[in-house]
Amino acid sequence: MSATFSLVRAPLDPVGLRAGLADPACGGYAAFEGWVRDHNEGQRVRHLEYEAYEVLAVREAERILAEAVTRFGVAHAACAHRIGDLAVGELAVWVGVSAAHRDEAFRACRYIIDEIKHRLPIWKKEHYLGGDSGWVNCERCAAPAAHAHEHEHA
Amino acid sequence: MSAPLNGLVLAGGRSTRMGKDKAALRAAGRSQLEQAMALLVPRVAQAFVSVRADQRSEPLRAGFAQIEDTRENFGPIAGIVAAQERHPGSAWLVLACDLPLLDAATLDRLLRERAPERLATAFRSSHDGLPEPLCAVYEPASRPALAAYIAAGGNCPRGFLRQSDVKLIDEPNPRALDNANTPEEYAAAMSTLAATGAAVTRHVTVQYFALLREQAGRGTESVATAARTPRELYGELARRHPFTLDPGLLRVAINSEFADWSAPLADGDAVVFIPPVAGG
Repeated sequence: MSATFSLVRAPLDPVGLRAGLADPACGGYAAFEGWVRDHNEGQRVRHLEYEAYEVLAVREAERILAEAVTRFGVAHAACAHRIGDLAVGELAVWVGVSAAHRDEAFRACRYIIDEIKHRLPIWKKEHYLGGDSGWVNCERCAAPAAHAHEHEHA
Repeated sequence: MSAPLNGLVLAGGRSTRMGKDKAALRAAGRSQLEQAMALLVPRVAQAFVSVRADQRSEPLRAGFAQIEDTRENFGPIAGIVAAQERHPGSAWLVLACDLPLLDAATLDRLLRERAPERLATAFRSSHDGLPEPLCAVYEPASRPALAAYIAAGGNCPRGFLRQSDVKLIDEPNPRALDNANTPEEYAAAMSTLAATGAAVTRHVTVQYFALLREQAGRGTESVATAARTPRELYGELARRHPFTLDPGLLRVAINSEFADWSAPLADGDAVVFIPPVAGG
């Protein structure tokens, strides 16, 4: 069993990350890649800036991975998150899970990315084509429904 | 439009009754002078320590910007006059250096209640109802009035405030301005400090991220605070920085672990207020 998380300034290497989950006892592997998109809430995004409260982000991510392993009975779970400046198209977050069967691998993978988005003290600043910028979920915080992510709440 | 506010800690006394230098006595883990400066610095444009000429190079006082008395043997009023002469356009938040129970809440009330159109704003003593001259704001307009008071033979700052157009306010903490002139008074103040959590000043480090970092204009700061919980601390910091985030949207961490808003703060804690997150 393994559960590993890393915060990384350099570009992520999904092939290398995937290799860390290889296990002859596993028949299923699921991964999720989160990419930098060129638009958000009607604005054209030029690039992104991720900032983390690193000590606590690592601690909380390790808790999430351990929860996924326990809850879904998977063999290995891993996650890597970029920080710093990212261009459109770059890989911002990677989650991978290996397990005996596909069902628990898919479910654990989904659980991890959802919890990572909700719980890690990581912030994203969007820089728009027009020159404007804004911290996602912070600039319109008066409206609690600003949590308009693409994922549904578990 | 109120005048810019400078701060002055009066440390030019001879500490005759105490028998040793009052500025160097320790309260809440550091000297009374350092403690008073720590309370002043975040609240004023520039903070100075008032000294006599022969104290300029004394090591504790030499660590701060100084204003030297221009009159000898004139007591605390000499320090106020020297500061007003040096920066006539400024208002002055004047503090004695022998107020071991002074807390941030008391200074914040004074600044909130400050009336720039009057000559001064001061507390009404909880002991005798008279103005407390050595934790007060003196406006620039008080300078000629104070000079006239001295020219007429006066030398008592309390006497000056009693006859002047001063806004008097009540103390939030009735013991905050108890001064300690003798070893007995100092011992009494220290036992009060030990007995009441409320008056204890804690030194905490606050680390800022993302929007809060930009609004605070810094990534980290050291704060001397009377706040007992993260909730009180955020309220205090939000008066100092243009924070727009409602605390209800934030989480808090103490010493790198999530914590409750009403968790007790301890001296030396590292506190982080966590804006709404957006990882992934």
